[in-house]
Order: sequence, then structure tokens, then C-alpha cells
Amino acid sequence: MRYFLDRSARRLFPLLAGFPGFVVLLIAAGLFFRSRAIVLTRPLSKLLFASAWLPSKGEFGFLPFIAGTMYVTVVAVILALPVSLLAAAYLSECAPRRLRGLAATVIDVLAGLPSVIFGVWGVLVVVPAVGALAGLFGAASSGYSVLAGAVVLAVMISPTVMHIILEVFSSIPASLREASLALGATRWETTRRVVLRKAAPGIIAATVLGFSRAFGETIAVLMVVGNVAVIPRSPFDPGYPLPALIANNYGEMMSVPMYDAALMFAALILLVVVIVSNVLARRVLVRLERRAA
Amino acid sequence: MTAVAAAAGTADRRLARRKRADRLFRGLGLVATGLVGGVLLLILAVIVWKGLPALNLDMFTRTPRGGYYIGREGGILNAIVGSALLGLGATAAAFFLSLPLALFLNIYRSRTSRFATFTRFSLDVLWGVPSIVYGAFGFIIMAALGLRASLLAGIITVALLEFPIMTRAMDEVVRLVPRELLDASYSVGATRLETAFKVAARQCAPGILTGVLIAFGRGVGDAASVLFTAGYTDRVPASLFQPAATLPLAIFFQIGTPYPEVQQRAYASAVVLTVLVLAISLIGRSFSRRYRKTVVR
Repeated sequence: MRYFLDRSARRLFPLLAGFPGFVVLLIAAGLFFRSRAIVLTRPLSKLLFASAWLPSKGEFGFLPFIAGTMYVTVVAVILALPVSLLAAAYLSECAPRRLRGLAATVIDVLAGLPSVIFGVWGVLVVVPAVGALAGLFGAASSGYSVLAGAVVLAVMISPTVMHIILEVFSSIPASLREASLALGATRWETTRRVVLRKAAPGIIAATVLGFSRAFGETIAVLMVVGNVAVIPRSPFDPGYPLPALIANNYGEMMSVPMYDAALMFAALILLVVVIVSNVLARRVLVRLERRAA
Repeated sequence: MTAVAAAAGTADRRLARRKRADRLFRGLGLVATGLVGGVLLLILAVIVWKGLPALNLDMFTRTPRGGYYIGREGGILNAIVGSALLGLGATAAAFFLSLPLALFLNIYRSRTSRFATFTRFSLDVLWGVPSIVYGAFGFIIMAALGLRASLLAGIITVALLEFPIMTRAMDEVVRLVPRELLDASYSVGATRLETAFKVAARQCAPGILTGVLIAFGRGVGDAASVLFTAGYTDRVPASLFQPAATLPLAIFFQIGTPYPEVQQRAYASAVVLTVLVLAISLIGRSFSRRYRKTVVR
């Protein structure tokens, strides 16, 4: 009996281990299947690069949404990366142990807060602040803008980015640092010339993962970004990212023809971008980890 | 001034410059670290400051009455119960997939086999999939099964969302089980299955619990995946096939109304959700430190 159980488990477990890969494929296949009404009837270039969004007339140009997503995400990464990198370098290279432990808790808590909480904070603090900032620049803005979305996103992705960068730093052998310090280099010189150089691929991978995390974030961005389907011209303009498009319109998607296919296509775009960036970044990280082991 | 003294002077100046660069780096690093911590404190402070005054007992004991969303009386009991049921259901479902998988990856397979690496890789990809995509996928499953927006559909979707998070967290701890412990178990005649569930799982119990709590916190806090799948209702769900309200969506809908009284309640609901998630994450962290009596060292 015990051997029977063990043998059946040995048969079952590989199926289980194949399950995650299967789910990835299933999600991709399901989204493609549900969006085929729109993907197969229109040229891809027209879907992705046309800017007319008139679902009731059957015109689905995703450009405003893709541009909105890219704008918000890229600004968020630009805001988050320098702070995350600097903080991670400081924590791993010169911070006292107690501070390091405290920072680990802060990163965990920040990473665990629900996105709707970031959204509430964004509405209460970031949106008015961006509105005031726009006033200083002489731009008319309600504050619900690309910049507000980017600030909220930057706060949301920085724990992820910091966590990965810290892990990459800790995989760099201490002997390299010691060699540099023993030659009389300061902490900063060691960090810049040894640690950062060695960690460069990992830092890029962390950036890509932060980008992909920001790319698909929905509720928090939706609450502060304004949701106007026009290509944003400045950071103070409202934008309309893809995830917000899906979340805002699920209610009507059954009443307008092909609307559901269009929303599923939006989800498919998100999935493809996220999978591509994850595969690229994880490959770099796995290689780094293996080199360290 | 002699040439030697001049050379020493430049060297001194260069050293001073290098030291200044070093101090600048430390200073900026400290500022950046403080900024991250400060933002967290700011978020928590704003949520508590805006939400605490609006908090009252009615919120926990009553469901929304007629006209709740224009400022009449009621509470968010529907969302609290809905989130609890959804989180518990989804976490339980994910647990039955995650634990065997994490054990399998580390005990049946050599830890670095190509198959195990591929599985970890797909788990990482799944982890990165945005929750709105899970929501859309859950919607497709619902359509395929003929379900409507319901507690069950929400549980399935959130379980899928939690599964990679939980498995990777468990994998990290099961990976650390010493080889000798497993060998000791085999040598007294235990099969792999028994070793996995009776020895390895017990050894990692605190870490496994931490993984479960992390996943639970993520599942309870997620809004985008339940938007299509669990729906929203003012009643407490009586069966798996009825729609269920959730706390994140309750906050989202209430803050979206133009009435200040209702927005106040959104802030209060945000306090409830924040405290809930913080408590879960802190309990989870303390578990991995305490409760080690079953751990062999």
C-alpha cells in the first residue's frame, strides 16, 4: 500500500509540475481564442497603430491606450530606478545591519500593500500635488494625469526592483569587494567599479521586471490617471492605459459587437509584453544565480 | 615649495576628493533609503488620518441599505464577509496545488534538474502576469463553464493568482531542507512520498505557513482579478454561485462616487483593508521566526 501510494504520487507529480507552464499556455490560448474576431479580421498594424477608438462603429485603434501605457510605465521606471538603485546599493554596501533589517521589513510591507490602497493614497496626495505642480508650470491640469499615475506606479514597483537588485548584489562574492577595499578604494569606488559593473545585467533585469509589473498594474493607475482616450502630449495630460481600458468597460462589453474581443485583445497585448520581458529578465537572473552558486 | 611637497599636496587633495565622493554616496544612499521608508509611512499615515475618523461599528455589522451609495446608512459587512470567504477559499485551493508541487520540485527531482528549472521558470512568468489578465482569463473560464459572476468564479481566479506566489515562497524554504535529513528518512525505510509530507513538510512548517499568509494577503487585496469574476453585490453571499462583494472593490466603488460621505467610507474601508493586510504580513513574518519546535537543527 505504501509503495502503491508512492508510485502513484511519482506518476502524478510530473503532471503537477507541468501545470504552471500549461496555465501560461492556456491563458494565452484562451485570450487569443476570445479575441480572434478582431485579430483575424483586421491587420495587426492597423489595430496597434490606429488611433480612432469608436467601438460602436467597429473602429478599434489601440494606439492611444498603448501610448498611454508606455508613457505612464516609462516615466514610472525613470522615477523609480535611481532611487531604488541608490537605496539598494547603500543598503547592501555600507548600511549598518540594523538598518538593513528594517529596510527589509519596509520593502516587504510596501510590496504587500494592496494596489487599491496605493490608489486611495494617489487620489488623496499625488493627484492634488501634481495639480499644484502643473499650476507652477502654467499647465492646466486636474492632477488626474500621466504623471500622477507614474508616481503611484513608481512607488509600487520600487520594492520589487529593490528586492531583485539586493538579491543580485548579495550574489556577488565578498572576496571581490575585499580585494578592491584592500587596494585602498573607498566604499563608493568599490561599489561603482566592482559591484555595479558585476551586477549590471542583473540591474537591467530588475528594471525590466519592474517595467513589466508597472505595465499591467490596473486599479491604482486607473484611479489617478484620468482615463481619456487621447494620446497624452505632456506628463500633465490624462492618459488611458490598457489595463484601465479593460477594467472600465467590462460592464458594456457584451452589448457592443466585438467589444469583448477588443478587450480580450488588450489583455493579450499585456500578456505578450509581460511574458516577453519576464522571459528575457529571468534568463539573465538565472544565469547570474548559477554563476554565483 | 619643493616638488615632493607639491606632489604630496595633490595626492592629499585627490584623497580628500575621493573621500568626499564616498561621503556623497553614503549621504545620497541614506536619503534614497529614507525616501522609500518615508513614502511607506506617508501612505499609512494618510490612510489612517483620513479613514480613522470615519470608522464606526456599523461598517462591520451591517450591509449597505437602500441609498447607501448616496450617503444613507449601512456598512460594508458584505465586502468584509465576501473578501474573507473569497480569500479563504482561494488560499485553500491554491494550497492543495502548491504544497505538493513545492515538495516535488525539491524532493522527487534533483533540485537543479532541467524539468524543475523549467517549472520554476513558468511559475516566475505566472507571477508576473498582471491580475487584470487573470481577471480576463477567469472570465473566459466562466464563459466556458457556463458560470455567471459568482463567489466560485472569483475563488477559481484568485486561486490561480495566488498559486505561483505561494509555490515560489514554499519552494524557497523547502529548498533549504538538509539532504542528510531526507537520507535519514529514506534509510529507516520511508518512501519518498512519506519523506516529503511527513519529514520535509514538517521541517518547513513555519515557512510554509508564511507562504500561505503571503498568498492570502495578496489574494484578499487584489481588485482587478475579481472585478469580472466575483462581481459585486450588497448582500452577503449565501452560496458559491452568488456574486460576492470584496473589500478592494468596495473601496474603489465608494471613492468613485461624487458624495463626500461615501468617500469618507471609502477611506474607512481602506483602513480596514490596510490593517488586515498588514496584520497578515506581520504575522507571516513572525511565523518564520517562531514556531520552530518541529524543526530539526
